[in-house]
Amino acid sequence: MKTVSSEKAIWHLLESVSDPEIPVLSVIDLGIIRSVLFVRENNHDSSDHQLVITITPTYTGCPAMDMISKQISSKLEEAGYQNFEIKQTLKPAWTTDWMTETGKEKLRSYGIAAPVGKSFNNYDLSKLKIPCPQCGSENTSMISEFGSTSCKALFKCLNCKEPFDYFKCH
Amino acid sequence: MKIKAKNDSAFIQYLLHLGDNALIMSHRNSEWCGHGPALEQDIALTNIALDQIGQARNFYQYAAVLINESSNEKQTEDSLAYLRDAWDFKNCLLVELPNGDWGQTILKQFLISAYQYYLYLELQNIQDEQLAAIAAKSVKELNYHLRWSADWVMRLGDGTSESKKRMTDAIDAVWSYTYELFEVAEYENILSVEMQCKIREAWIEKIKTVFGKATLAIPNSQWKQRGGKLGVHTEHLGYILAEMQFLQRAYPGSEW
Ligand SMILES: [Zn+2]
Repeated sequence: MKTVSSEKAIWHLLESVSDPEIPVLSVIDLGIIRSVLFVRENNHDSSDHQLVITITPTYTGCPAMDMISKQISSKLEEAGYQNFEIKQTLKPAWTTDWMTETGKEKLRSYGIAAPVGKSFNNYDLSKLKIPCPQCGSENTSMISEFGSTSCKALFKCLNCKEPFDYFKCH
Repeated sequence: MKIKAKNDSAFIQYLLHLGDNALIMSHRNSEWCGHGPALEQDIALTNIALDQIGQARNFYQYAAVLINESSNEKQTEDSLAYLRDAWDFKNCLLVELPNGDWGQTILKQFLISAYQYYLYLELQNIQDEQLAAIAAKSVKELNYHLRWSADWVMRLGDGTSESKKRMTDAIDAVWSYTYELFEVAEYENILSVEMQCKIREAWIEKIKTVFGKATLAIPNSQWKQRGGKLGVHTEHLGYILAEMQFLQRAYPGSEW
């Protein structure tokens, strides 16, 4: 029987589920796993627990979310779990503040600048100093607040002349 | 605390109205995909389209749950988007207007983003938890849409004589459709009168500030176009639906 003590094992398992668009990041790094719980089922004869994983979308239109749910399901099935449910919640709204430090480090080495500072309203990207993930220079400027995916903005480095993606605060 | 309106048809109609605004706006924005004046701006508009379709999905999913709970219907987000006819759609006329040139596209985006931004700011505090959660999620995205479109209004208005002329023409073409945003339909009674005033005042203040920086003027004309909120649309909506709904009408239930 899977018990509450196995929740740790599930968190560990989820580390191997990656974001389909930024494969270096796991769903844990992204901060989209809100809870992992073994819930005792209500039917009479059973000491069985249902595994309930709650995830939250990064952006409302992010097509990666459905993909991520499917990947979590197949990871769980591979590991022998059958009785589980993956729920989505909108509240509280996802923020880049939930991204792990390891995640930010992985982003940088992948060539994407990590979110700088904390998420708050009226964040004006063009006024931020975003270090270039290639050369580290802070002599960079914003090209566009929108990029190749919902979560990224486009920047260019004025030092090494390379364009780069910035994972924007949200 | 559950609000009384939760299962009544006014609340469901209100959710559909919010979803329809987002969906039709999204469709208009998606028409720029591959046609933007520069790659970055093409990407910006398609990103905004994606956010809008995500917001529409949230409103439709919630509406479908409430409809199914209170009737024998089996609605889904897809049936609400693809199988309703023009007279069932409750979007404001402003979102269904053709894109026109880049100036008109930008102007529409700015007027609508400002409206959605201040509306969602209020909605995130209402008693219905799910609607408040959708609004709180969406307002973070709107923040980006509003800043981007406001920047472009200033850039074009305070730009060359040509870009200024395009913006002035755009204002003349669409201003009469802005009044409908604030003409409260019966199903909007979930918003208190104070909230409605607050949204309208914040909106007009924002428009004045940005138009001021863009050296553009708000027209004096009080001519008002209305009807969309009640299902009375321009001919443009029919063409949008014909294109958007074709696949599900011709091949019901198809997936890919
Ligand atoms: Zn560099």
